[in-house]
Amino acid sequence: MHTSGNSDAALLVKVRALSKSFGANQVLKGVDLDVRAGEVVSVIGASGSGKTTLLRCINVLETYDDGSIKVDGVEVGYRETNGDRRPRGERELARIRADIGMVFQLFNLFPHLTARENVMLGLRKVRGLRHAEARTVAEQWLVRVGLGDKLDSLPFEMSGGQQQRVGIARAVAMNPKVLLLDEITSALDPELVGEVLMVVHELAREGMTMILVTHEMTFARDVSSRVVFMDGGRVAVEGPPSEVFGAQPHERLRSFLARIELKGV
Amino acid sequence: MSLRLHYHLNFNFVWKYFDRLSWGLLLSLELAAAGILIGIAIGLSLALLANSGGRAVRAVIAAYVEFIRNVPLLLLVYLVFYGVPSIGGFAYDAPTSFIITLAVYAGAYLVEVFRAGLDAIPKGLIDAGKAIGLTPWQRVVYVKLPTMLRIVLPSLSNAFISLFKDTALASVIAVPELQYGASWIYTNTFRIVEVYAVVTPMYLVTGYGLLFGLRLLERRFAIRRL
Amino acid sequence: MTLPPELNVMVKSLPFLWQGLLVTLQVSATVVVVALVLGVTLGVGLTYGPRWIAWPIRLFSDIIRGLPLLVLIFFVYYALPATGWSINNFWAALSALALFETAHVSEVARGAIQSIHPGQNEAGKAIGLTFVQRMLYVVLPQALRRFLPPWINTVVDTVKGSALVSLVGIVDLMLAIQQVIGRTFQPMPMYVLGAIMYFLINYTLSLASRRLEARFAYIRE
Repeated sequence: MHTSGNSDAALLVKVRALSKSFGANQVLKGVDLDVRAGEVVSVIGASGSGKTTLLRCINVLETYDDGSIKVDGVEVGYRETNGDRRPRGERELARIRADIGMVFQLFNLFPHLTARENVMLGLRKVRGLRHAEARTVAEQWLVRVGLGDKLDSLPFEMSGGQQQRVGIARAVAMNPKVLLLDEITSALDPELVGEVLMVVHELAREGMTMILVTHEMTFARDVSSRVVFMDGGRVAVEGPPSEVFGAQPHERLRSFLARIELKGV
Repeated sequence: MSLRLHYHLNFNFVWKYFDRLSWGLLLSLELAAAGILIGIAIGLSLALLANSGGRAVRAVIAAYVEFIRNVPLLLLVYLVFYGVPSIGGFAYDAPTSFIITLAVYAGAYLVEVFRAGLDAIPKGLIDAGKAIGLTPWQRVVYVKLPTMLRIVLPSLSNAFISLFKDTALASVIAVPELQYGASWIYTNTFRIVEVYAVVTPMYLVTGYGLLFGLRLLERRFAIRRL
Repeated sequence: MTLPPELNVMVKSLPFLWQGLLVTLQVSATVVVVALVLGVTLGVGLTYGPRWIAWPIRLFSDIIRGLPLLVLIFFVYYALPATGWSINNFWAALSALALFETAHVSEVARGAIQSIHPGQNEAGKAIGLTFVQRMLYVVLPQALRRFLPPWINTVVDTVKGSALVSLVGIVDLMLAIQQVIGRTFQPMPMYVLGAIMYFLINYTLSLASRRLEARFAYIRE
């Protein structure tokens, strides 16, 4: 489904010269990335290459030091008034994050809430929907991810795959402009990976803009319109899957893919 | 409430009678030390007894623990010092009476600490003890106690510091510990702000000093990666 | 029918002790409510506050928890009036006890909040919840389960600690007992009766705590 980056579509996410350090360790060293509406961008790379940090900066779960991240034209981490750059306050961040969905590696479902309540929380408290409306929307999404029979289940009563599908429903129910997926299958038993990836495929088909960090190379090849290979805190290679996974002149990418291959992923 | 800060600090009396505070502090520490040692003896024997004993034994121990933990220490201090002799029980001098109270009080908390400690001993260690042919009693002495004591060491430190603070209650039966020294000075000189300006740091420095020292000791004895 | 003198004293003193018991309950209940509200607020500040908020709370909590309650009560009772704050013995003792329990509750709250996985806060952020919303809907409901048992312990400690207000002349259960003994010279029966009354209050609380724990046990991680 290589609906290759449509250059006419609106530029939704624009990352420029992004850098980020944890103490003395510089994790991002000037990252540039454009994501247009409807694109699915996979970010791959070895652990420590900065791919998860990049994702977490986009909805400001990590603050970034230098550079810029604009989502739909708005600088996410900072408020800029004539050259003056100040970190955004709690309320502004909440408003910005409401439009950026995120699915986590470890699901992070709220354990005291049922599947339905997990999805409803943001609809009620952030979107301000009435209880009945929020309930309807939540149920629609849970049915769509195949959990119509788990509406009243608590997270611990569900398998990892089911939990992660609730996690996806919770994120997409907010109707985000872009969805961030952070290694969403790496905590799952192999036999549960498929059901989660199927949901992501479905979303991609419907034109959801997504940025995903993944170790599932086959999946990245199938679902992505573009693949970004990160290495040492920079974007090393970028292009359509056929190019990136094809005959590869880039030394580090070749050895990365070879290692992944060896591990049998 | 009106605030009129027209109070003039004068520490002369505090320094003049500082002996009462320093000796008081020492006595507080002695009371706490005696209390924790006897308390450990009570707590440990009852914990072992509860682990091996039958249902009746466990019920009696549980009653002791629940009763002591749910009654104010102040009342126990009065009860042992004034109540027991009044019905023909032994009359002790105030410090001894207080130590007994403190030990019985500490014992009730420490039974639970030791029982939790015994439960926390990795089962594999006990199996290993069996496997090399140790008798039940040998397993207690060579495997259970050494392991368990290291596990409960932090709780014992906390209990000791907590008892040190509880010794302030001994002042109500005129045991000349630190709080009693403080009240003696201010009832005789009325320099109460000054007295507490000195006594408060004495409690804090001693308490946190003990905490710091005992934590170092714990680290020395800790079993890594248990 | 004639009762033995010990029982007679106990029965006759009951109405007077009842008054004292009411004062004990009143003091304890007030302190528990104040300490709950302030303690949880400080616990949140301790966990999530920037340094200039967290450090003063840390200092307050460590100092208060490092002192004997008796010293704190005497200090507030005697020293504040000496510096010109006029405050009666009831409010002095009550505020001292409230300060003490607030410090302890703040530690309990901090522990409970810190036990919540950071991912919970991140998930709350990711759907756009504000800090207050994350506290109310995500963190505190989960922390409640870990908060309750040690918090009930602080409630028991409050009831027990409230006996110390008798030392500044407030006629609570403890002082009522002392006064009866002053008239009847029958210490042992009265102390035993008092101990039973304290025990009943606190044991009921402990039982409640166990039931609450069982009620929340359905949440597993």
